[in-house]
Amino acid sequence: MEASKVIHAIYTDDDVLMSAVKKVKAERHHIEEIYTPFPVHGLDKAMGLAPTRIAITAFIYGLIGLTVAIVMMNFIMIEDWPQNIGGKPSFSYIENMPAFVPIMFELTVFFAAHLMVITFYLRSRMWPFKNAENPDPRTTDDHFLMEIAIHGNENELESLLAETGAVEINIIDKEDGH
Amino acid sequence: MYTFSNKLKTFSIILMVLGLLGVGYGFMTSHKSLDEVKTMLAEEASHHGGGHAEEAHVVAESHDEHAEAATHTDESQAHATADEAHHGDEHAEHVMHQIHNRPWSALYVAAFFFMMIALGVLAFYAIQIASQAGWSPVLFRVMEGITAYLLPGGLIVLAIAFFADSHLFVWLKEGITVEGHENYDKLVAGKSGWLNKTGFFIRGLIFLGGWVLYRQFSRKFSIAQDTADDNRNFKKSFRIAAGFLVFFIYTESMMSWDWIMSVDPHWFSTLFGWYVFASMFVSGITVIALISIYLKSKGVLEFVNENHLHDVAKFMFAFSIFWTYLWFSQFMLIWYSNIPEEVTYFVTRFADYKLPFLGMVVMNFVFPILMLMNADYKRIPWFVVMAGLVILFGHYIDIFNMIMPATVGDRWFIGIPEISSVLLFAGLFIFVVFTALTKAPLLVKRYPFRKESEEFHY
Repeated sequence: MEASKVIHAIYTDDDVLMSAVKKVKAERHHIEEIYTPFPVHGLDKAMGLAPTRIAITAFIYGLIGLTVAIVMMNFIMIEDWPQNIGGKPSFSYIENMPAFVPIMFELTVFFAAHLMVITFYLRSRMWPFKNAENPDPRTTDDHFLMEIAIHGNENELESLLAETGAVEINIIDKEDGH
Repeated sequence: MYTFSNKLKTFSIILMVLGLLGVGYGFMTSHKSLDEVKTMLAEEASHHGGGHAEEAHVVAESHDEHAEAATHTDESQAHATADEAHHGDEHAEHVMHQIHNRPWSALYVAAFFFMMIALGVLAFYAIQIASQAGWSPVLFRVMEGITAYLLPGGLIVLAIAFFADSHLFVWLKEGITVEGHENYDKLVAGKSGWLNKTGFFIRGLIFLGGWVLYRQFSRKFSIAQDTADDNRNFKKSFRIAAGFLVFFIYTESMMSWDWIMSVDPHWFSTLFGWYVFASMFVSGITVIALISIYLKSKGVLEFVNENHLHDVAKFMFAFSIFWTYLWFSQFMLIWYSNIPEEVTYFVTRFADYKLPFLGMVVMNFVFPILMLMNADYKRIPWFVVMAGLVILFGHYIDIFNMIMPATVGDRWFIGIPEISSVLLFAGLFIFVVFTALTKAPLLVKRYPFRKESEEFHY
């Protein structure tokens, strides 16, 4: 793929970063990515990122877990081999339901939690032996980096970013992004 | 300063008058003599039996004759010949007592329900202070207003318990602890060290006295902090809140044995205190939400925003689940082991109270969990109001389910006595709470966390 140019503006303070994001957004430039060492409160809102839907997936996974628990125990305990175990009524699912609730609860939580975590890994492309996408190792320590694509407006961008308090501005040829 | 609008005041007075009339009506109509009950039972039998109508009537009449003839004859003979008759008589007497108990129980359930809201709010308030919560100080005055109902409400509960006597608490029946008496009950007699009228009221007054004392002082310090120039009052309120919470958790547990569990003196459950606590806590928080939303809609609580509402709704959601957890733990442990002396509690509830017993689980668990799970919904006032009303109704039914099966058995109905009792105490509650709200500014001044709370943002 064609190599494209990006500009990397580095900040050392999250408040400065926040105001820089607002300024860049106000100038209607598209921010490709921001790298921070820790979660910056309100950064997603300032960047205009869409809210996450991971809670909705977790809810659905929970319902799946609940269904699995019910179907499993209904088959095993009621349909397949309805034994009399200690006098518990195994004539129908509902009659013996209280005994199944702990498992129904646990499987709901288990499915919701684990599948949500796996969804998170998949959506954010995280797995063992994955190559780190970090453009500058300092952003895992105490620096913040904003990446903006250049479409022939190099100088304009550079001066804008300098105004926002960037401590370092680099122009980088980027191989195919991600 | 908030002014109690005339409209609301009139509304609360109308509620009280309507409620009082209905409660009076309930007591008038419950005075049924044994003969009336017998005819009623015979009629019921004929309704149910259809074709057996005449037969049932004849049987009922012969019961009467037999019973009278057999009262003063030789005992063994009486038992032999009039066994059936005796049984019919006992049944009618039993039903008569249940009918007599109904208006008392209806009154007691409603009185306890509103008292427990005030108590739940007081506990919540103390926790907010002791944990130095940063989000809730803007709601403190609302909470203080609600807890004003605790003193009158608690005294009313005790007064009803005093006058209802054995209509509510079978362990107060005459001769129940006297060996050889026809009412003698060995199990109750064994518990009479705890379950006796003097002890009941001494304990009741100590519980109530402690709670009200905390309420008075925390209110006093809260008002004093408004005009103080240091944080002395805040520190004092912090200390007494911590002390109160210790006192509260002991007394609340004992209160639940005395005021609620003792209606079934043969039955006991160890987590009952917690269970009652969960019920009162979630109802209290719900009422905080409802009253804040009401006051905000009147424009007197402009410093409360949807972030505060969101937090209150989260508590409603979480404690609804906590309540369900305790409800289920109590039910499931007893159902699972099925020990006869414990399980009768749920057998009666399941046999005669199926709809309220299972309906309250839907209202107190399924409904809130689905309605209040979404973060966006928790920020919409009308949504929280709707969920809150269902939760409150569900917890009324919860208290109903605790008291009624022991006092009126299968003779229950949510009719005029029950609804009017709720109206009566709802009116009184609104009147007392909104009067208290006019007594002080609705925003705490100089409370150390006030600024943080005003700018609270979720």
